[in-house]
Amino acid sequence: MDKIKLIILREYLTRVKKKSFIVMTFVGPLLMAALMIVPVFLATLENEDEKRIGVIDDSGLFEGKFQDTKSMKFFILEKSMDEAKTHLMTSSDYGFIHIPKNIVSDPDAASFYSRKQPGINTKEDLERVIRKELEDIKLINTIDQLNLSANDKVVALKIPETIKTRVSLTTIKLGEGAEEEETFAEASMVIGIFAGIIIYFFIFMFGVQVMRGVIEEKTNRIIEVIISSVKPFQLMMGKIIGIALVGLTQLALWIVLTTGIVTIYNMATGTGSSQTAQTEMLSKNMNISDEIDIQKEFEDQNKVMKIINSLPMGQILISFVLYFLFGYLLYAALFAAVGSAVDNETDTQQFMFPITIPLILAMVMAQFIIQNPEGPAAFWFSIIPLTSPVIMLVRIPFGVPIEELILSIGLLIGAFLGATWMAARIYRIGILMYGKKPTWKELAKWVRFKG
Amino acid sequence: MSLFVVENVSKHFSNHTALDSVSIEIPKQGIFGLLGPNGAGKTTLIRIINQITAPDSGKLFFNGEKLNPNHISQIGYLPEERGLYKKMKVGEQAIYLAQLKGLSRSETIKRLRYWFEKFEIASWWDKKVEELSKGMQQKIQFIVTILHEPKLLIFDEPFSGFDPINVNLLKEEILNLRDNGATIIFSTHNMGSVEELCDHIALINNSKKILDGNVDEIRNAYNDNTFELLYTGFNDDLRSILNANFNVLEQSEDQGKQFAKVKIEKGRSNDLIEAVIPHLQIHSFEELIPSMNDIFIRRVEEANQ
Repeated sequence: MDKIKLIILREYLTRVKKKSFIVMTFVGPLLMAALMIVPVFLATLENEDEKRIGVIDDSGLFEGKFQDTKSMKFFILEKSMDEAKTHLMTSSDYGFIHIPKNIVSDPDAASFYSRKQPGINTKEDLERVIRKELEDIKLINTIDQLNLSANDKVVALKIPETIKTRVSLTTIKLGEGAEEEETFAEASMVIGIFAGIIIYFFIFMFGVQVMRGVIEEKTNRIIEVIISSVKPFQLMMGKIIGIALVGLTQLALWIVLTTGIVTIYNMATGTGSSQTAQTEMLSKNMNISDEIDIQKEFEDQNKVMKIINSLPMGQILISFVLYFLFGYLLYAALFAAVGSAVDNETDTQQFMFPITIPLILAMVMAQFIIQNPEGPAAFWFSIIPLTSPVIMLVRIPFGVPIEELILSIGLLIGAFLGATWMAARIYRIGILMYGKKPTWKELAKWVRFKG
Repeated sequence: MSLFVVENVSKHFSNHTALDSVSIEIPKQGIFGLLGPNGAGKTTLIRIINQITAPDSGKLFFNGEKLNPNHISQIGYLPEERGLYKKMKVGEQAIYLAQLKGLSRSETIKRLRYWFEKFEIASWWDKKVEELSKGMQQKIQFIVTILHEPKLLIFDEPFSGFDPINVNLLKEEILNLRDNGATIIFSTHNMGSVEELCDHIALINNSKKILDGNVDEIRNAYNDNTFELLYTGFNDDLRSILNANFNVLEQSEDQGKQFAKVKIEKGRSNDLIEAVIPHLQIHSFEELIPSMNDIFIRRVEEANQ
């Protein structure tokens, strides 16, 4: 057991100390952070086309307050809400803003209706106008109440604290009668596909590292020295486990660093503060039950979080860890067997093929299975061990019966044990074979060889 | 007493037999030469002794006990195809390999210091293996092989890749190891070093053992009573003065001296001297004991016929 520990430690340390690992550790989170930040950033860069925006002002406070800008032209809309909605669907208007009578007492009561999800800039511009107006009104009221002359500067300077108003505009996208369920499906899809891709990526990347490591020991000819000290099985498992730990380290570092970068970015750009406002708004959105024909697009992470909370997160996490672990172990054993059977990496093609096909097939199938996560294809691909790590992860956010999960994980563990047994038998012979590339028949013979 | 006993060991691969009922006894504290042409089965036997592969049948004993994984730490193996992790630093790598043999880290470092100083290579400690020359790498590998002070050492062609100076250094170390109590299995094609170092040998050909025993005894057994004679003062055919008891195999002249190889078919060496003394001046007279090289070639050719 101590020897396996030594091997694991060596495999782990030599890889973690490598330049490529360190580079990947920092480049990965930068890319991922960019992936999260850039869409948000792009959303702020709206196209500069002129947007016609109607104003329904029930409060009567905002007449002439919405000033035209380069990209927004405002006009008074003399229609009832229902008329305005139907009108919007047929007109070329960008949208309309509705300011209810109670806007002063409830600064968040205003809504913006549009056919397209408005960008962050548009939303913030509109909010600024409302906020400014409300603050003016409050200021005047306060001054009236205090019975002060507006010239009393000493007092006026203290006022802003009390009149500071936070405005949150509810944005509502009008569209074909899609139900809120749709949104959840989308979130499930995103989470499923994301988890599937991560598993696929890690199995591939670190499985190939196992194979390379085996080939390296073979071509270095150090293998014979080592297996005169330890059993081939110990060496193989030590390598597989050591590299698994490298993978987990990388994953953990990526999560920590990505979170760090995104947090720092948000702090630097102040996106964070507007998010808290949006959270409040969101909780209100959820209560508007009479707007059945209105599909509310989830527009930021807060809403995603809300949906995520409604998903079986515990199940997703546990499954992710289990499928990640056993999926990797299954494939790593196969990759180790391939590495042991050949002398150099160019010879691996023939044996890699049947291993990579199920993985790639799983990624391809994932796109179809996401459309029909309950169908027979979904069922079988999530049960068969070679594809189940990817496909089951795609399915889980949609809800999978527990007995199917147990069957699938049971089969995966069984396949892992079987593959490890078989790989170990190929490995112990393969690492000592040089020269001619073995045929499939010879590999089968190796498996049957005694000790 | 034997340190290692191989009893009727056979090993078959899918389409050929690597070892066919081979039995060998390796005496304690000696140097045992494992000889044989390429592909004879030497490497397979060495791997079986190292427990890298298991025999199909037969028994193996280490120090009287049935061979088992506990013996791994008492065996040191220097394979013919040597290798180290190229990207790993020399010191780190030596520590790792010694630890795999069951040595503690602190003990390993202590012993490594001793050897690195002895071989005057202390400055290599933090170098990567790929920065060293092949001969340097071999030295490291030799140290790693013997570091855990095993009872049994197996050297497969240990001198290949070394310059003559380092070959001598290595020979000295191997003899030192034997004197300090180690038993050494020495596999080689270099028959000169076999005669110089080995006490016992086994010759394996075509998966079978065809000869084994003490080196001197084997050479004497193959002694066919041939003598080499260096003389002057007689330029005619030697046969003219020798009777049928003597068979002249070769005659030549070199720088004024006559040279002859004579096989004594009947009688003793003194008879030959008596017969020639009246006719010529003897400069040297030497018994030609066959070299291991001759015996090797003879036995392998006989076996292959």
